[in-house]
Amino acid sequence: MNLMLTGLNKISQDFLGRSTAATRRILVCAGTGCLVNGSLKVYEGFVQALKNSGINAIVELKKEEEGVFVSRTGCQGFCQIGPLVTILPEGIFYTKVKPADVAEIVETTVKKGDVVERLLYVEPDTQRVCRTKDEIPFYQKQHRFVLSNCGAIDPEDVNEYIASGGYKQAMKAYLEMNPEEICELIFASGLRGRGGGGFPTGRKWDVARRETNVKKYVICNGDEGDPGAFMDMGIMEGNPHSVIEGMTIAARAIEADEGFIYVRAEYPLAVKRLRKAIDDAYRVGLLGKNLFGSEYSFNLTIMEGAGAFVCGEETALIASIEGKRGMPSPKPPFPSISGLWGKPTIINNVETLSQVPLILAIGADGYRKRGTKDSPGTKTFALTGHVANSGLIEMPFGATLREIIYGVAGGMTSDTGKAVSDGFKAVQIGGPSGGCLTRDHLDLPIDFDSLKTVGAMVGSGGLVVMNKNTCMVSVARFFMQFTQHESCGKCVLCREGTKQMLALLDDIIEGRATMETLDLLEDLAAAVQKGSLCGLGKTAPNPVLSTMKHFRDEYLAHVRDKRCPTGKCKALVRLTIDEDLCKGCTLCAVKCPVGAITGEKGKPHHIDDKVCRKCYICVEACKFKAIKGD
Amino acid sequence: METIRKFERVCEIIDHNQRNAARLIPILQAVQAEYRYLPEEILTFVATSLGISPARVFGVATFYSLFTLKPKGKYLIRVCNGTACHVKGSMGLYGAIVKKLGLREGEDSTPDMLFTVETVNCLGACGLSPAMVVNDEVYGQLTPQRVSDIVDEIVLKEAQNESDAHGA
Repeated sequence: MNLMLTGLNKISQDFLGRSTAATRRILVCAGTGCLVNGSLKVYEGFVQALKNSGINAIVELKKEEEGVFVSRTGCQGFCQIGPLVTILPEGIFYTKVKPADVAEIVETTVKKGDVVERLLYVEPDTQRVCRTKDEIPFYQKQHRFVLSNCGAIDPEDVNEYIASGGYKQAMKAYLEMNPEEICELIFASGLRGRGGGGFPTGRKWDVARRETNVKKYVICNGDEGDPGAFMDMGIMEGNPHSVIEGMTIAARAIEADEGFIYVRAEYPLAVKRLRKAIDDAYRVGLLGKNLFGSEYSFNLTIMEGAGAFVCGEETALIASIEGKRGMPSPKPPFPSISGLWGKPTIINNVETLSQVPLILAIGADGYRKRGTKDSPGTKTFALTGHVANSGLIEMPFGATLREIIYGVAGGMTSDTGKAVSDGFKAVQIGGPSGGCLTRDHLDLPIDFDSLKTVGAMVGSGGLVVMNKNTCMVSVARFFMQFTQHESCGKCVLCREGTKQMLALLDDIIEGRATMETLDLLEDLAAAVQKGSLCGLGKTAPNPVLSTMKHFRDEYLAHVRDKRCPTGKCKALVRLTIDEDLCKGCTLCAVKCPVGAITGEKGKPHHIDDKVCRKCYICVEACKFKAIKGD
Repeated sequence: METIRKFERVCEIIDHNQRNAARLIPILQAVQAEYRYLPEEILTFVATSLGISPARVFGVATFYSLFTLKPKGKYLIRVCNGTACHVKGSMGLYGAIVKKLGLREGEDSTPDMLFTVETVNCLGACGLSPAMVVNDEVYGQLTPQRVSDIVDEIVLKEAQNESDAHGA
């Protein structure tokens, strides 16, 4: 079926026309976070409660009818206070909505237009009550551009995406622009790959465009394996059609007729919504043969990953689509010249592709109004860790950590989640390939190039904020364990080197290290960086090197003084018995497997630190909580 | 008879993927969805059917962490150990489950094959860390106590099902 502008306009007008008769709209967040908190029951509750009140509940806009339109949306970002419910047209924003609250909302808000005060967001510092989303600092201080439709539209309804202006840019690309113009526009916009590398997207496309091969491929990299990052998931779940439209435009730009979306299997909801979106796009005629009446075709297939972090690397991802072990291969040749089955292939990250239709809509100059000169546009971040507000956020490049942590995130928290004024220690940015930023970097504008100068990288955009109680050696060990486990095994230095680095970090954490251990660790880090083929190995030592640089004192305390400054490394803790609390019951001495505890019955006991194996059995056994670490 | 039926289903899966060796990963995913693990004889069968070497099939099956060559328990508990969950104490949750189930070093399943416990890199539920998933159900903002209660609830449910089955 050919789809011309009249077709798109008709779908759009039909949708808008059908929605005019609905007096209100209820948007229930159905992102992964809110679903875990039970938002599906809230959604069903609304449908039922409306029926019980004699109000027509519209779950699908099939015809123009009166009633209340109830929809499920993608992730709205503020998962920790979910399930989130927005009532339109007022935009009243309810948080932590339970199925039991639904009847009251229908009675008070839907029927009378009043507000259920207790479900509104209250700003912790000022106790100010926020009626709408825009009044909440978490949203106020962001710049939601790519994410603007996430949470505002039903991701499973292609008509609504079209009604919000969707697929118009794809049509423009097919009917009004030639491939060269598209590549030039994307290059002029300064769009850089959001998957981590920051390579100019326009240049990548142009290389593939110049190839004369008749068969070319477009691949969307949705293998977001970076632990602690879920930006791409948010986009795939919240606005899957924007990814498909971006891919369609990319296909036109390089004259490809086939594409793949490679998604992590750990994201079942993203897979489901993308499948539905692809089916709908085919049905409406937005994928398949003769797009928009042109002579060009584009076919799209979804491929689920099988749990290998290295497949986020483009050559490994290609191997995985070809049905092989996901091992990277040397570059050059770059995939833009020889990729999937040896054909020219462009691979772009989910977020990069979903920016493409927006760039076509507002032009290169319009796009460059956001962000910095060399890193234009916005970036989504997964904000997590010891902060008051965690979730999916979007900021223009050039924003500082201070704006993010003390603005959007609402400041630091303790281990138990209480707000603390002076708790900031570090931020791990870019996951296992990135590095940490400290107090000194709080006012550094975040962009691709500034982060490289301080030994970190934007990476995919995971921001893990850590408070003063976090042991940085343990953090480095955590990432090293991750990369060691995920090393594909092809390069010796990555396979064996990461293993040895992990062993050295264990020595430090468990008190066996000497000053030589630190030198050896640094030497090995340099060797692993140099001797690895792909990004995984090349960047694996980054967390270790960056923590060693910024928190050398902490490493020295572990190595020289055999002491963990935060008390988190159990093997380095000195266990002592509080003489005032100890009743001399002898239970600890009986339970101690190495006989490190001595003392007379009825009198305070004593632990010999030289014999103690730090198994903590005594700590668990003591009924008087008398045994403590220093 | 049982074996023949087993291979019939595998044949369907392979045919559905046009006997295309490039579709090896989707084929293995479908086989695992059917049997909950990848039985060795089926891997050899898949290799022969696709005209590729068993080594390649085993290579792929052992490379990706979501494939398993060992049967898993009826309830697969996967504790998220992504960065966000890690800094919020996910290994404490893992320890609590292992202790609760009485698993020894190197064991990941209970002897009755009711539970298997493992860690997973990131579930993308970082806003609700620490999180875990039991089969398809995700739980967030967990504590060791809550985790222990979840295990108790499952054991209780299973015991009830058992007694219902015997009663009927």
